[in-house]
Amino acid sequence: MRFLTDRKRVDGLGSAKQGTSHFWEQRVSAVALLFLVPLFVLPFAYNLGDGYEAVRAAYAHPINAVIAIAFIATAFLHLFQGLQVVIEDYVHGRLGMMLIISARLLCTLFALVGVYAIIRISLGA
Amino acid sequence: MVQLTLPKNSKIRTGKTWPKPKGATNVRKFMVYRWSPDDDENPRVDTYFLDMDKCGPMVLDALIKIKNEIDPTLTFRRSCREGICGSCAMNIDGQNTLACIFGMDEIKGDVKIYPLPHMPVVKDLIPDLTHFYAQHASIMPWLETKTNAPAKEWKQSIEDRKKLDGLYECVMCASCSASCPSYWWNSDRYLGPAALLHAYRWVIDSRDEATGERLDDLEDPFKLYRCHTIMNCAQTCPKGLNPAKAIAELKKMMVQRTI
Repeated sequence: MRFLTDRKRVDGLGSAKQGTSHFWEQRVSAVALLFLVPLFVLPFAYNLGDGYEAVRAAYAHPINAVIAIAFIATAFLHLFQGLQVVIEDYVHGRLGMMLIISARLLCTLFALVGVYAIIRISLGA
Repeated sequence: MVQLTLPKNSKIRTGKTWPKPKGATNVRKFMVYRWSPDDDENPRVDTYFLDMDKCGPMVLDALIKIKNEIDPTLTFRRSCREGICGSCAMNIDGQNTLACIFGMDEIKGDVKIYPLPHMPVVKDLIPDLTHFYAQHASIMPWLETKTNAPAKEWKQSIEDRKKLDGLYECVMCASCSASCPSYWWNSDRYLGPAALLHAYRWVIDSRDEATGERLDDLEDPFKLYRCHTIMNCAQTCPKGLNPAKAIAELKKMMVQRTI
């Protein structure tokens, strides 16, 4: 039981003065993915099953490698921001905060692994 | 964590079935949510039967007839009976609307009447709207100016006045906010479609001089950005307004002032 006025409950801790950049980045990355997904999937599917050398040769081309890196970075940024919104919607308090941090760490890790793999293939490991 | 099931003491039980009117040929069945704070009983759904040949066309007519002729304990808010006061908002046939302007000819089968969803219930069909009203007050629903007041009136062109159409008509009945899943899960922090529509109404008022401060106050992941364009608000508004569009315009202005 707390004797708080209705207005005090509504105002809470006040405005965070942020949120627009998150909203805008999510929109921009969505539009970027609209182009990056086909640009990434087409060469990927084209070389599917061709063996290591063919794939290596394809990703040795800088355009393919840069597109693949851009796709992975953008996709994982977009994924994290989407997950963050879902978690904020449904899970509150400490558990929510822990889930958001976990999502951020995992998305960053997967993105780094993906980018590292592309660079390694591209530079001919 | 979001709670998806009702707590034990909120589970709805089958209530009393009242007798059918004698000698009536055109009978309609009404199933109405009942709950009283005065006893420890769970909410229940009572069943009433009305002679439609002796009843007005709107759902509110039926509720008043039930209260007057069958069960005087049935409790609900109503005032203007013409959709301008916003008192009689409730969930009718699965949709939040105003009982006074919702015709029973629009409902197929039995008429099911519940209070606005996901709001604390005061009694029967009356929701507790104190938090909802406090959210409205928090967006400063009045003209804020810095320039000294003019000798006559604050002037507004016909074009600028037209921008308020589709916004000023809101009667604060809470149908939209109570239909919004984002508001259900986060109403403690999310302002909800009604308060945000009113916020936009003052942000785009050509006479208001607190536009920046108003946007500053709304710039928050929860106050504004819990809106995910679900559009239930626009779908359910008994006045035919579109709060989702007003919120989208607010988001556009937020982006506009950063890029």
